[in-house]
Amino acid sequence: MSQQVIASTANKARKLSVQEIAEIEHEMTLYPDKRAVGLEALKIVQKHQGWVSDESLLGIAKYLDIPAADLEGVATFFNLVYRQKVGKNVILFCDSVSCWIMGCESIKGHIKEQLAIDYGETTQDGDFTLIPVPCLGDCDRAPVMMVGPDLHRNLTPEKIDSIIADYKNK
Amino acid sequence: MVANPLTKNIDMSRPPLDIAAYEANDGYQSVHAIAKGLSPEDVLELVKGSGLKGRGGAGFPTGLKWSFVPRGDNSPKQKYLVVNADEMEPGTFKDRLLMEGDPHLMLEGMIIAAYTIQASKAYIFLRGEYTVSDQALRKAIKEAYEKGYIGKNILGTGFDLDIIMHTSAGRYICGEETALLNALEGKRANPRAKPPFPQVSGLWGKPTIVNNVETICNLPGILTYGNDWYHGLTKGNDHGTKLFGVSGKVKTPGCWELPLGLPIRELLEGYAGGMQDGLELKGFLPGGGSTDFMLPEHLDITLDYDEIAKVGSRLATGTMIVLDDKTCPVGMVGNLMKFFAHESCGFCTPCRDGLPWVDQIFRDFENGEGSEKDLQILHDHVTYLGPGRTFCALAPGATAPLGSGLKYFKEDFEKHITQKRCSYKH
Repeated sequence: MSQQVIASTANKARKLSVQEIAEIEHEMTLYPDKRAVGLEALKIVQKHQGWVSDESLLGIAKYLDIPAADLEGVATFFNLVYRQKVGKNVILFCDSVSCWIMGCESIKGHIKEQLAIDYGETTQDGDFTLIPVPCLGDCDRAPVMMVGPDLHRNLTPEKIDSIIADYKNK
Repeated sequence: MVANPLTKNIDMSRPPLDIAAYEANDGYQSVHAIAKGLSPEDVLELVKGSGLKGRGGAGFPTGLKWSFVPRGDNSPKQKYLVVNADEMEPGTFKDRLLMEGDPHLMLEGMIIAAYTIQASKAYIFLRGEYTVSDQALRKAIKEAYEKGYIGKNILGTGFDLDIIMHTSAGRYICGEETALLNALEGKRANPRAKPPFPQVSGLWGKPTIVNNVETICNLPGILTYGNDWYHGLTKGNDHGTKLFGVSGKVKTPGCWELPLGLPIRELLEGYAGGMQDGLELKGFLPGGGSTDFMLPEHLDITLDYDEIAKVGSRLATGTMIVLDDKTCPVGMVGNLMKFFAHESCGFCTPCRDGLPWVDQIFRDFENGEGSEKDLQILHDHVTYLGPGRTFCALAPGATAPLGSGLKYFKEDFEKHITQKRCSYKH
């Protein structure tokens, strides 16, 4: 890659906000080098922006002075770092073994019907994104799912309806 | 005497104990004992003598693991303790209970472990989805700093310790300890080659101990009440209590702290209430998704590491997943294969290419398109993804339910081929 292209890529970097920088700086006190803060920085930016755009990723790489390709390698490795726009509420749907035994397939079918989205898709109004997640570690109350930071247990179609309504009204 | 040292403070109907209430119930006594003159060597000998084995899945003796950390003036000055709180093994829900229910117990255990190996920094590697654990632990850490149990010169011992929360962002492979270290260093979480083992060269090349949450939570009891008490807890060959969980279609699924050595029957039929009405037990995975199936005929085997190993499976995390006679075993194994295929880190070829192949065959079986040749390919993968053939233990873990499923539920696989459909679907 020529120097020119590298320079133009760096130019696309978004300037991080004061708040983002403050939080990243705090994380930097907890680790012996900057690279270790990469994932934390991605999560901080995601918290503020909703997702991690190319411009944000380049901005973090520039701020931490680490290769953008390395950071992209990390960003695409972790399933909770969103490199595409997501809805206001991300549904992390557990379809691992205990939830499967307890009938999560039909629950997923109901969500699909109600929201008209499948895995990886966002509703037209931008309220919900549906993503599968590995075992959420609450198997005695399966089927379970998370909406944003909240865990919802012992799911039934009726419960799904009220959960959707609750978050829509938030 | 205390019979349930891991859960004695846990009552999920209220918030976890704050530090004052925790202290009032023998909490942080072990740190005071250290301050009164227990040396790191003393603690190491105590933990070795306790017989505690790692509760994360592998069951390796904890004291022995710690003893590999270099000691003395010529050893690297910086050492690290890392708590593996990345609970993601399918069907496993025990560490969540400990962290949400009694965060100070884990912190006290961390202080003991860090003091023994003389680590001045300890990271909690917590899975990002455990938001309630995150809040509970951060609150507890703050309280423990204020009381001087962590920070500089703890209780006048001259020992310093900082405890740092690291919340991760997914991926099952981060539970593998060397992958976890790479993730903490801000790299892709591919496992590392061993040796060198983390005890010698781990986080940023420094000596590092990685212990599971439940392992760490065993330590305060051992120091506070002693090894005679600890040895008296068990009903079998292995020492201490353990969290046991049951999920699937039983009457009362849940998680309980029980002595090691109870018959499996007591867990499944007693605590979990037996199968739901109208269902029969067909089999179960005794310790999470990467253990071999066991059958109803194994119910009188005791919950001991060695006893379960004798029938070809592993106690591992101690959280059982129950298969009933109305749920398709082929579908259940297929669900696990989808999980492992998805969670492969992609570093080594047998795992990256083998598991998706296996997953695809299970999808074919589901659609009534499985053949005898496919069955042979599945058997081949049990061999080619087995221990010693891959870079880490992920794919060998996947072969546990695969190999045992093929063996015990052969008729069900055959039926999918001859009937060209899944007969469990009506």
